[in-house]
Amino acid sequence: MAQPGKGLIEVRDFGLRYETMEGSVEAVTNVSLIVRPGEFVSVIGPSGCGKSTMLNALAGFLTPSNGSVTVDGEAITGPSPDRGMIFQQYSLFPWKTVRENVEFGMKMKGMSASKRHQAARTLLGLAGLLPFENHYPDRLSGGMKQRVGIVRALATSPRILLLDEPFGALDAQTRLIMQQILTNMWQRLKISVLFVTHDIDEAIFLSDRIYVMTARPGTIKAEIEVPLPRPRLPAMALSSEFLALRRGLMSLIREESIRAMGGEVSADAMKGLAIDLEGLELAEVL
Amino acid sequence: MESLALRHATEPHEMPALQEQALLDPATVGTPAFQAQAGRWLRLHRSGLRAALLGLVSLVFFVGLWQVLTANRINLYVRFMNVPSPEQVLERARIALHSASFGSHVLMSCRRILFGFLLASAVAIPLGLLMGRFRVLREIVFPVSEVLRPIPAIAWVPMAIMLWPTNEESILFITFLGSFFPILINTLHGMASVDPVLVRAARCLGAREAAVFREVYLPASLPQIFTGLTIGMGVAWVSLIAAEMISGQFGIGYFTWEAYSLVQYADIALGMLTIGVLGLASSWAIRLVGYFIMPWSSAR
Repeated sequence: MAQPGKGLIEVRDFGLRYETMEGSVEAVTNVSLIVRPGEFVSVIGPSGCGKSTMLNALAGFLTPSNGSVTVDGEAITGPSPDRGMIFQQYSLFPWKTVRENVEFGMKMKGMSASKRHQAARTLLGLAGLLPFENHYPDRLSGGMKQRVGIVRALATSPRILLLDEPFGALDAQTRLIMQQILTNMWQRLKISVLFVTHDIDEAIFLSDRIYVMTARPGTIKAEIEVPLPRPRLPAMALSSEFLALRRGLMSLIREESIRAMGGEVSADAMKGLAIDLEGLELAEVL
Repeated sequence: MESLALRHATEPHEMPALQEQALLDPATVGTPAFQAQAGRWLRLHRSGLRAALLGLVSLVFFVGLWQVLTANRINLYVRFMNVPSPEQVLERARIALHSASFGSHVLMSCRRILFGFLLASAVAIPLGLLMGRFRVLREIVFPVSEVLRPIPAIAWVPMAIMLWPTNEESILFITFLGSFFPILINTLHGMASVDPVLVRAARCLGAREAAVFREVYLPASLPQIFTGLTIGMGVAWVSLIAAEMISGQFGIGYFTWEAYSLVQYADIALGMLTIGVLGLASSWAIRLVGYFIMPWSSAR
């Protein structure tokens, strides 16, 4: 089943602890997941559940305290251009033009200047960014910066692409467009994608499968198939299947978000509060 | 060159420059189109024009006030009786510009600044970069530098005379010290403020240690390094002039102090103004270098 060199991501019993004066704290525990070659998989969970931690281990920035993280059967020992990564923060180099940014990975591989110049221009042309090749990132909009970031990550022909809430800082309209651009690129390149997000609609719209994580210590709570046909169109967001998936995921996430915030606010507690703050009618406002 | 041509073709911001050229074409002057363009140019450059105009007015006012105070020999606790008037200073400047000795004083100071400052940059920038990158080095060097840093360069004069065999070397040493610490501290700040996401992005794209240093840490610290260079240049002048006044035989600081000893009051003001102009010119020079080295930050 596993095709070597094709981008099979396997995470087994992954755990990460860190030491504090109070003892060791478990950030992530017992996470097992798989992304098959060419598959688009999302991980969704409340903030602080360790989904980014797991992505960082896959990128090679963290060593797991427990379990194993492999790509095509090989253990990860450090960052590599085989595993492209897109960050939530814009991570273009401000001192490089758009084209120089895209060329960076090829430059690190030792490709000649004229060759990588040509390759970068071809890629930018495909992404519709050629008119901006000599601009500094400073002058681009947020959506454009992330598009350049994706092109830059893909320029080294990685086997897998890791995305850490890449569209979190974008406005709703730009976000939809970016999701479609990402889907198109993924379908054309047949690359394995692991996408971390806290946006339910985004996860459904993009993914073949979705893993739901629990609040800290993070672990996998559920695995959900997304049977929607492709190409996915924005209109599908109103279909009954989409809505059913959404409802299911919502209730799973809601429980965890409440846990992450420190438990449900009980009605009794609210009553007490309302008496303490007489006249404010806080209970009604809330 | 091909890329440059493309940039011009695609950049809407280049348009006003082209229109400015059209403005100067005599055939178009006076036409309604020309007037519309001129009006637009005025609107777009209004704040710049105002700044230039106000700057000029303020300079004229300063010289005028100076003239009034000195010509009338005002004595309001602060005494202007012996202060030379702008006219007298201008007269001395005219003479000085034709004398070889004034030119050699200026050249001497410029040479000392250049050597002292370049030496300080050549040591402080690499040291700051390495200290920013390697914590152990920082932990070793930082305490010593923190103790030495608050000592003004002037306070080093007696020690410098003891340390170095010649006067010239001790003056260079003091100039060096003055600019060394601002450059070092700002380089360190620059290294500390490098966005870690950019470092991680570079590593993900296959950059190894040396490449991360060259491609990320260095360019990311450059704006802060240039801030350090600008401050360092200012302090270098302060230190140099003090050193020249105390132990010098040549230089514009020596010239100014000598003028006082020889009761050449107009030369005092001339020396001061020369120092001001030289200081201004050197900080402009640094800004100009920064403009060419960091095109991305000047594009803002």
